[in-house]
Amino acid sequence: MNTPSNLKYTKSDEWFDPATGAVGLSDYAQSQLSDIVFVEILVDEGEEVEAGKPIASVESVKASSEIYAPAAGKVSAVNRELSDAPETLNSDPFGAGWMIKIEGGTTGEVMDAAAYEAYCTGREH
Amino acid sequence: MATIVEPTIFELSSPGRTGVTMPASDVPEVALPPKEMLRSELPLPELAEVDVVRHYVKLSKFNYSVDDGFYPLGSCTMKYNPKINEDTCRLPGYLFTHPLQPIETVQGNLALMFELQEWLKEISGFAGVTLQPAAGAHGEFTGVLMMSAYHKLRGDTKRTKMLIPDAAHGTNPASVGMLGYSVVTIPSDARGNVDLKALEAACDDTVAGMMLTNPNTLGMFDEHIEDVIKLVHDCGGLMYGDGANLNALLGIVRPGDLGFDVMHFNLHKTFSVPHGGGGPGSGPVGVSQRLVDFLPSPLVGVLEEGDDETAPLYGFVTPENSIGRMKAFHGHFGGGLVRAYTYIVMHGPDGLKDISQYAVLNANYLQARLRDTYHIPFDRICMHEFVAEGQFPGSDVRALDISKRLMDYKFHPPTNYFPLIVHEALMIEPTETENKDTLDRFADALIKIADEAKTQPELLHNAPSTTPFGRMDEVKAARELVLCCWLPENYEELA
Amino acid sequence: MTYIPISPKERDAMLETVGVKSLDDLFEAVPAKHRFPNLDLPPALTEMEAAARLADMASSNENVRDHLISFLGAGAYNHYIPSVVDHMLRRGEFYTAYTPYQPEISQGTLQAIFEYQSLMTNLTGMEVSNASHYDGATATAEAVNLAYAQFRGKRKKIVMSPTVHPQYREVIRTYSQGMGLEEAGDDPNVDLEAGPESLMALVDDQTMLVVVQYPDFFGRIYDYTKLIEDAHAKGALVCIVANPTALLMLKTPASMGADVVVGEAQPFGIPLWYGGPYLGFFTTKKSYVHKMAGRLVGETVDARGQRSYVLTLTAREQHIKRERATSNICTNQGLLALAAAVYMSTLGKTGLQQVANLCYQKAHYAANELSKIDGFGMCFTQPFFHEFVLCCPKPASEVNQYLLDNGILGGYDLGKDYPSLKDHLLIAVTEMNTKDEIDTLVEILKEMK
Repeated sequence: MNTPSNLKYTKSDEWFDPATGAVGLSDYAQSQLSDIVFVEILVDEGEEVEAGKPIASVESVKASSEIYAPAAGKVSAVNRELSDAPETLNSDPFGAGWMIKIEGGTTGEVMDAAAYEAYCTGREH
Repeated sequence: MATIVEPTIFELSSPGRTGVTMPASDVPEVALPPKEMLRSELPLPELAEVDVVRHYVKLSKFNYSVDDGFYPLGSCTMKYNPKINEDTCRLPGYLFTHPLQPIETVQGNLALMFELQEWLKEISGFAGVTLQPAAGAHGEFTGVLMMSAYHKLRGDTKRTKMLIPDAAHGTNPASVGMLGYSVVTIPSDARGNVDLKALEAACDDTVAGMMLTNPNTLGMFDEHIEDVIKLVHDCGGLMYGDGANLNALLGIVRPGDLGFDVMHFNLHKTFSVPHGGGGPGSGPVGVSQRLVDFLPSPLVGVLEEGDDETAPLYGFVTPENSIGRMKAFHGHFGGGLVRAYTYIVMHGPDGLKDISQYAVLNANYLQARLRDTYHIPFDRICMHEFVAEGQFPGSDVRALDISKRLMDYKFHPPTNYFPLIVHEALMIEPTETENKDTLDRFADALIKIADEAKTQPELLHNAPSTTPFGRMDEVKAARELVLCCWLPENYEELA
Repeated sequence: MTYIPISPKERDAMLETVGVKSLDDLFEAVPAKHRFPNLDLPPALTEMEAAARLADMASSNENVRDHLISFLGAGAYNHYIPSVVDHMLRRGEFYTAYTPYQPEISQGTLQAIFEYQSLMTNLTGMEVSNASHYDGATATAEAVNLAYAQFRGKRKKIVMSPTVHPQYREVIRTYSQGMGLEEAGDDPNVDLEAGPESLMALVDDQTMLVVVQYPDFFGRIYDYTKLIEDAHAKGALVCIVANPTALLMLKTPASMGADVVVGEAQPFGIPLWYGGPYLGFFTTKKSYVHKMAGRLVGETVDARGQRSYVLTLTAREQHIKRERATSNICTNQGLLALAAAVYMSTLGKTGLQQVANLCYQKAHYAANELSKIDGFGMCFTQPFFHEFVLCCPKPASEVNQYLLDNGILGGYDLGKDYPSLKDHLLIAVTEMNTKDEIDTLVEILKEMK
């Protein structure tokens, strides 16, 4: 399990980069979902989002999951490339797999990498 | 390139070949519409009749069906489909009647529908029944629409929640979602019943109702069913019964007597309508007295009472506060209602009770035979089905592997990975139409597979090996999305 | 116990294994006061008696093969079904199988559905077909669900032409009760001669879907290209409800730019059966496939390198997506999709073109001859396919009663749904109607007082 230490994480498996405002799905979550075949971003640039509200929907061969905003603020960018290449979420969850960027965000309930790793390990059983 | 086992009907096509043709026109010819209103080409296959027959017969042989053997798919009630039903539903009087014919010309159809409505009411203890819904999920949607309409008419607008147990079928939350209700999940207790404490905590004046399958998807009859229903009724909610598991209850208990307000029947499960490779089903809905006025329109009713000399006149009636029409015309008449009518008329009250008693006996017998080999997390007398765990300590064999291996023993696998509250679930429903020898062979196979899981796990991981096809690459299907085929590119040149 | 293959001796052995004394002991969890009710049902019949009873009830109907000459359509059509179709449907391997969840032992059903999907996309010109819906009306309602999901509930208006089948419009109203939709255009009192472009007055930037029928409920053929272009300019999607027999001859809805093409495929090999079960087809563009409800079969390979088929994109569906799914639907009309596939294959391109041409020719002959009768006439001048509106000299219900007394099942009485069309019949003519039958209809109407 890869959990970059510069990022914050949520209980619903999103990562948030406080430096850039980028949001994505954690490595742990992508491996649980396995082969992702569909991504739909539910918000547009310029839209205000609240922490905890759905911002994207992801479907794999066997499962489906909602992605929630880890922070409140204004959506400054949306990764449109994902809709044609949803497998990016599996191959590069922390890089090209970013979903949206939130500007001027106030984070909701997030934890650091160590806490998130412990949280994921706890869920294995 | 993948090997082609059987070409598609498009690949079998040959330019200029003809099958069944039509008579020449016997009327004076008129001009077609202007060219710009016509299609330029019709890229459909060209085959002879024998080509078509051999193709579909070959495809049919790739299928496993109830006519081939044991099909213990949990919650699907894959019972034997009596052959007489296939004859009665094709009688010319049923096949060749138009749904919009004047009622005077279709009294046979209407009498059949009326009687079936009455019989389903008697079997279930409900006050009204609609035959219109096309399938179980369609019946569920019908039921939830009625619950919503009931609250709305009373001006009770704050009811926004629907209570659904964690063991429920996925259609329950999806039906509720179609009406914008939010779902509150109610956990099960250690004996597989609804957790009464959790239910009590969830019951308040924002609850529209509860959707409960009883027996539930663990095959358990809820031991506190009357308390559950009382809690929901006391907070002003309505009680929905998912009739998917009615095969356990015929002549055993009537859901209406227990206090349910609405329930759908799956005629394709309980009443022997064949599943048809995924449909058509038929999902009539029964309701308690307080929902009768909300039934979809139209229903079949008696327009003029009959007497000793004359039969009554049957026709259509619209309930006062009807939610409206659920589909075009009157329901799955020929394929669903006629078959179910035939089945019920051949069973009578005692025969119906036999069905459920033997369905439950068969499930308990299999459960007893497998108990020492497979862990059964909710282990008590079950109803028509039970759930075992398809995993063994220290082994990487999963329920899926066991299921695939069962195919090598010429059985259809049980339902996998459902209900979600059991790890690696194998949900087994034998139905009443299997004999003891079949059940023993199936139990023996599962016991042998458990042994193979220890000694030769690769047999399971690589299964099935004796079927015409092996495991499929589902990721490739979803990524590449090849959803249809066409005539070959050089087809015109072939001509 | 016709269908229960367990002897008393076997039953006792099984009870012993379970550890109970009697069958009744298995039901102790059921509240005692409601246990084992006496059902007031007629006593069981044997197969011989049941067959006789069902035959007796069936024969009290007047059917369109043996008793009545039919000119009734309005959403259900009397077509010839080649013998092959039912022979294939009667194969137990097809009709006694379940939904193909286990693809290794369901390739028959899966390939047949894949072929059905392919036949429907080639017919409509669309990119994707699902494995079918309950009927044409519910398929149309699912188009509304698709549009609602596509706009994520942000657009809430649908514009329905009043010349969409009245029952289809009723079903859409029932289905959409929980969505809080605004419905416009669904008004039977409007000018029914106005062309489809008149709907554009109702389409705005809140409109998610425009629904029209092709040919429309009155049988008229319109080219919807301009309407679709204008609706797209407002950002709305357009659904065309099409008759599949007409599509064998007419310009495809795809070439007009339609986003969703649905309809009732009963004309393709499915008996009238007093209204069901029928077959709703649903086709759309690839870009909407994730918002489409219903089963979908895709091509893949198996572990042995063989081309094969599976249910795909299942994470869209209710059993995984639960309350977030587009629809709660979990079945398709599998066996009837097979019927349509066998029907289309057996007639093939040539036979299907003959069917369409016969429908067209005979309907036009009937229209010409009926218009010559005093007091009767064609209501509309627009080109039509195999159904047309006949203007009568007295209420349609009286005309129909007179026809019925003479062994003819007349047209659909339009006054029931359109107040301005009380004296109008919707007449359907198919390849099943001989010239003699049409001439008989004309003669009888000539004699009507």
